[in-house]
Amino acid sequence: MSFSPNIVGFACQWCTYAGADLAGNLRCKYPPTIKLIRVPCSGRVEPEFVLEALARGADGVLIGGCHFGDCHYKEGNYKTSRRMIMFKKLIEDAGFDPRRFRLEWISGAEGKRFAEVAEEFTKELQELGPNPIKGGTA
Amino acid sequence: MAKVGVYVCHCGTNIAGVIDVEAVRAHAETLPEVAVARKDLFMCSDSGQEMIKQDIRDGLVDRVVVAACTPRTHEPIFRAALEAGGLNKYLFEMANIRDQDSWVHANDPEGATAKAKKLMASAVGKAARLQPLEDKFVDVTKAALVIGGGVGGIFSALELADMGYPTYLVEKEPSIGGVMAMLDKTFPTNDCSACILTPVMVDAGNHPNVKLMTYSEVEDVDGYIGNFTVKVRRKQTYIDWQKCTGCGACAEACPVRTTNEFNQGMDKRPAAYIHFPQAVPKKAVVDMEHCINCAGRKLGQEPKISKKTGKPMLAPCELACPADAINRSLPLDPQGRIEEIKVGSIVVATGFQVMDKGWFKEMAPEHPNVITALQLERLISATGPTGGNLYMPSTADKKPKTMTFVSCMGSRDEKFHTYCSRVCCMYMIKQARLLKEKYPHMNIYMHFIDVRTAGKDYDEYYVGARKMGVNILKGKVGGLQIIDDHRLRVLAYDMEAGTPVEYESDLVVLATAIELPESAKKLAQTLGLQFCGSNFFKELHPKLGPVETSTRGIFLAGCCQGPKDIPDTVSQAKGAAGAAAVPLAQGKVKIEPILSEVITELCSGCGICVPLCPYDAITLKIHAEKPRAEIDITQCKGCGVCTSACPSAAIVLHGYEDEQIYAQIAALTA
Repeated sequence: MSFSPNIVGFACQWCTYAGADLAGNLRCKYPPTIKLIRVPCSGRVEPEFVLEALARGADGVLIGGCHFGDCHYKEGNYKTSRRMIMFKKLIEDAGFDPRRFRLEWISGAEGKRFAEVAEEFTKELQELGPNPIKGGTA
Repeated sequence: MAKVGVYVCHCGTNIAGVIDVEAVRAHAETLPEVAVARKDLFMCSDSGQEMIKQDIRDGLVDRVVVAACTPRTHEPIFRAALEAGGLNKYLFEMANIRDQDSWVHANDPEGATAKAKKLMASAVGKAARLQPLEDKFVDVTKAALVIGGGVGGIFSALELADMGYPTYLVEKEPSIGGVMAMLDKTFPTNDCSACILTPVMVDAGNHPNVKLMTYSEVEDVDGYIGNFTVKVRRKQTYIDWQKCTGCGACAEACPVRTTNEFNQGMDKRPAAYIHFPQAVPKKAVVDMEHCINCAGRKLGQEPKISKKTGKPMLAPCELACPADAINRSLPLDPQGRIEEIKVGSIVVATGFQVMDKGWFKEMAPEHPNVITALQLERLISATGPTGGNLYMPSTADKKPKTMTFVSCMGSRDEKFHTYCSRVCCMYMIKQARLLKEKYPHMNIYMHFIDVRTAGKDYDEYYVGARKMGVNILKGKVGGLQIIDDHRLRVLAYDMEAGTPVEYESDLVVLATAIELPESAKKLAQTLGLQFCGSNFFKELHPKLGPVETSTRGIFLAGCCQGPKDIPDTVSQAKGAAGAAAVPLAQGKVKIEPILSEVITELCSGCGICVPLCPYDAITLKIHAEKPRAEIDITQCKGCGVCTSACPSAAIVLHGYEDEQIYAQIAALTA
């Protein structure tokens, strides 16, 4: 039996958080691995938050924002995108497999998509194994 | 240390049917910051709220966590309970253990309970570090903007104007009226569309509180509820509307013939034209894209002098205009001009477009006798290209003997739109009835997947059509074969008879789906609107907030929110106007203090935050002879982009502070 990864998710309250709520309304099923922290905009998420979660042993970290053009704050998600694509390159230097970190654009209408992402990410992390800090290998 | 009260909700069996509520409550008691942990069948009920209030009054708790549904719907309810109990309402946090837990993990109760404990602990970690915040209030500009001059926009504008608020009605076409102005009659009463709409258009045109801005588009919206600054582009009309009397002489003189959009491309119009005969305002415009610059003279050039007569050679439109409203020598800016208006609330009523028939290759869209339902509407309208006589478009003088209606073209179809366009069944029945009344010997076949007639007096109207001898078949049309220039073979299936159906038809009408127009999609970003799964504008709540949006002060009316018929559009338009009037009537609006603030002592004045702000809310000001960032709270919307970017950690986003988020991360990874 593979382990159940612990995923910390940062979700913008307008899109991805609403999408996760919609997944509930639609009674989509996904593993109880992901736990969301609500933020106003994905642009509020600092790279330090992601590192902190990984350093504390989270097996995966997800940032969810609005699709380009949909941002409630006009362009916060573009900023997230620029910031986090660069940050992803640095994760390896910190000793973590960059696949432990995901950036996804999930709208408030994409409940099904949220469930799919949670499912996929869980599977990927199961293949990667536990966070090295907690005794994993990668 | 904070005294956090944790209240776990059963939500009937919604939560308790999956999650061990008692285990979550008991786990809360083990957390050092938690003073009280209780549970209730429905925390949002009176008794649940009373429990919280009593604990506050008894001094047991000074921070509150409710583990229940989603803060997106219930945070305001519990915040109000805190306030009623005498605690600052921002000392509240929710743990979403229903929508994001019990509902999605019903197959794993243990996993769901473990997740609920973590979500609850995360909320406790944040709540313990929350700071009291105060709402701020700002004055409101007592005026409104309605975007879109169709029947929805017109009624919203009239309601707001009648309440006494100056209201701008912006319409991109030269006249208000929208799609309803194109319709011949309306279901289920067969009222003449123009007869019921035109007087209302005139009311809007004459109302002292309505300012019509036709041939105009909203370019940019800045600000927030109560204080929006809107840039409206007044497109270049090339005709002085102060002087234009709407006589139409220019249109008669203009030699150009180009596609007439109002008649859905069924005939031609000149380049100088009036939108339609009952236009409000009744003013002409010149469509410069199709103007041929008569007498070889481009706009802004002085006229050539005739060698024969020695007089200037003017364009036919200039010569024809009795009001002197056309002067092609003027170097008019093709971009028009920008007008800036200030309003307190905005109603978006941008309407819909129908899908182009070209999408449906199997339906011979290139054949002249295959038309959309809106094209048929123009063909049977007294103001249409044929004066209301139905001719086959391939002939221009012969009536069809056999006609076919095909429903659900692009609606309820996974290849295009999965939703039902809601109005097609009814308008097809209307069109069939009107034609059957006028031409009793015409054979009319209608092909439906289902006939949907939900609405007052709608089903009776449909039964009436059957009695009139309209052939109604359940089943899809697989395709159309072109027989010759005038006739098509319809290949369909009759589900009730269980047999394929084949017959020859002279005119086929496709009920193409309703969708959000491209021009409205561009508006979404400047207005901060989101799209729903069907690509219409998303309302705040599908049931409880059908006219509100996630941007406070911006409201929706009509088909831009989803397909609807005229009665529903008018209802929603009046509802949206009522909701839009609330902030105007209050005179002041509350600004939630979930905003960013600079701690001047920590700011190094680097200015990184300044260009990052999407609202230009940050400026560098001199403090003690050094530049320091400052945030204008009336501009800030609380996204936190600056907070995340500040290298000195000098910007705090209240309600989402670093310390609070780190506590949540710690709880989730414990």
